[in-house]
Amino acid sequence: MQAWQAPWRRIGALTRKETRQILRDPSSIAIGIVFPLMLILLFGYGLSLDVTRVTVAMLDNDHSSDSAALIGAFRLSPDFTVTAVQSLDAATALILDRKADGIVQIPADFSRRWHSGEAQIQVVVNGTDANQARIMQAYAAGPIAEWSAATSPSTTSLAAGPAIVVNRMWFNEANDSHFFLVPGLIVLVMTIIGAFLTAMVIAREWERGTLEALFVTPMRPAEFLVSKLLPYFALGMIGFVLCILAGQFLFHIPLRGSLFLLFLASTVYLLVALGIGLLVSTLVKSQFLASQLAMMLTFLPAMMLSGFIYDLRSMPAFIRGITYALPARYAVTLLQTLYLAGDVRSVIWLNLSVLAAMAALLLAATRLATRKQLS
Amino acid sequence: MRASLFRIMALIGKEFLAVLKDPRSRFIIFLPPLLQCLIFGYAASLDLNTVAYCVLDQDHSAASMALLARLDGSGVFQRQSNLERATDIATWINSGRALLVIQFDQGFERNLLAGGATPLEVIADGRNSNTAGTALGYLNSVVQDFNDHWQRRQGRSGSSVRIITRSWYNPNLDSRWGMIPSLIGTLTMMGTMMLTALSVAREREQGTFDQLLVTPFRPSEIMAGKAFPNMVIGLGQATTVLLVAQLWFRIPFVGSFFVLYAGLGLFLLAAIGLGLFVSSISKTMQQAMLYAFLLVMPFALLSGFTTPFSSMPNALQTVMVINPLRYALDITKRVYLEGAGFLTLVPDFAPLLIIGSLTLSGAAWLFRRRLN
Repeated sequence: MQAWQAPWRRIGALTRKETRQILRDPSSIAIGIVFPLMLILLFGYGLSLDVTRVTVAMLDNDHSSDSAALIGAFRLSPDFTVTAVQSLDAATALILDRKADGIVQIPADFSRRWHSGEAQIQVVVNGTDANQARIMQAYAAGPIAEWSAATSPSTTSLAAGPAIVVNRMWFNEANDSHFFLVPGLIVLVMTIIGAFLTAMVIAREWERGTLEALFVTPMRPAEFLVSKLLPYFALGMIGFVLCILAGQFLFHIPLRGSLFLLFLASTVYLLVALGIGLLVSTLVKSQFLASQLAMMLTFLPAMMLSGFIYDLRSMPAFIRGITYALPARYAVTLLQTLYLAGDVRSVIWLNLSVLAAMAALLLAATRLATRKQLS
Repeated sequence: MRASLFRIMALIGKEFLAVLKDPRSRFIIFLPPLLQCLIFGYAASLDLNTVAYCVLDQDHSAASMALLARLDGSGVFQRQSNLERATDIATWINSGRALLVIQFDQGFERNLLAGGATPLEVIADGRNSNTAGTALGYLNSVVQDFNDHWQRRQGRSGSSVRIITRSWYNPNLDSRWGMIPSLIGTLTMMGTMMLTALSVAREREQGTFDQLLVTPFRPSEIMAGKAFPNMVIGLGQATTVLLVAQLWFRIPFVGSFFVLYAGLGLFLLAAIGLGLFVSSISKTMQQAMLYAFLLVMPFALLSGFTTPFSSMPNALQTVMVINPLRYALDITKRVYLEGAGFLTLVPDFAPLLIIGSLTLSGAAWLFRRRLN
């Protein structure tokens, strides 16, 4: 055996051992294949921020032809299901039992005041889900405006026309939330496979003492790390391919940037995730702690602090400051831009180089941590 | 009976020691819920407080100025730049520095005065379509105000309807008020279920579980000894989040603590039952961890925590009758914000009790089968 071949043979042997270990443990396969598929289906078909049909308790104190027509407008609207109630107490009971999402109350002087110029309608929403409540408030304006346009007593010609907002939503003309969820999904899948799964790997070898057995072999720390990286890298790329295929064929999301850059960005992010996972498990050496730390440092931030579901622009400044330290933020920005906007140079190179620097830093730190323990 | 109680007590003492003896473990049990509660309380918001926008004003009229003044005075819209050419739009939107670009065509004011509907062109960055939709909603309401004012000034008269909106239980429609009570259940479930699943799996991996099995302990006693300490830790985590909600975020608690803790107790029973169930089917810590995660993840996503439960497809809503977190979120939110009492919450308490007893007896059966 030539001297230069030895490291490669050792890496090959260790990689084979690691791969077999993955293939023989049903839980690794579950995380590598089942988990991405599950996420794709959940986000594709299960989750939606849209409010479909709102049930309102309708309290008519006026009993006039005007109020009846207004209630008719609510009944005709596709957004509302109307339940008539006789008192505010009955309406409150419906809200508390979750049988109604809000109350529309028509005051007793509604018709009289409508004919004298300005009438009032009271809309009550259940604010426990603020986002939903706000959407419902916006919905309620619809039937009311429709009714008032149809029955307005003044038929004089308009002295001035209204300005009307004509909007064009760039990058997502159909206003489809899958468009921004799927790029985020890729990041989530890579985070789980890269960080969560690997965090347990080295910690397990410490706990079981098999790492000490490896120390007495000629294996070098770097070789050991490479052999740990390779199989999980492959597993992560399988998840990546599954997500890409789902985006293309299930959700028909346009890929406006180049496939090469998408691949490059995902690869670099996967290396960052692997780096975190390996570093954590090298440092804490306990499977329980490693898994909890990986969860806290990678999964939850990727879910909540990356712009995946909750937009970074909605966060207070100091939380946004924290997100700059988290790799998931850069990855989500990168993938969303690559998918929807295309190869925007300024966004891509900045985010990509930050991720690359993080990957290099983390892997180097892992290498250092491993060497110290060997000596 | 007394002997059994004595054995369970001994086991509980041992479990507490196993979890709390390592300072890093103590740290990892209570610090994350605290930190997560603080961070997510601020971060997990669908409210949009500022909208960065640019203007391309080709009209330079009184009308366009008046509308812009309204936007800038709203406190939400923040003008980044006045663009000169239409080609600049792409630069600002692509780089993400502006969420909206508002374009006044030449003749905007003239068209308004002529009485026709006048288009106001707006370009939105749709990379996050939810945010873009919210921003456009804000813009629409500002334009609506502008129209009312402008038309009244131009002497148009007519009847109008004023919609008075009120929001119960959360007067300012702050999404944090719904989010943080939900965290009581979500964070506690993640912690407790994983802890339970891992505590048995660790004993298996280290071989101490077989030692436990040869002692006079009955399987049900072992289960009780595993469940009780985790119940206490779970209640501790829930209390931590509850304290942050009240002392830090100052969200008023209107319900009864008794009802809340009764609900949390049942919920933790179900979560621990699931954790024990997972650990009884897994051979190693890694398996226990990953299976628990594969269960926690969809439970958390499909509970109504991130997206409204009622917006989910009916089939999924039906499948989620087995999701304890779904009931826990209902209980915590309704007790916390609406002050719901026992009777209102029976539809949530009952399923939790059923899930808890089914999973606990299922896990006991699996343990016993292993014993024989």
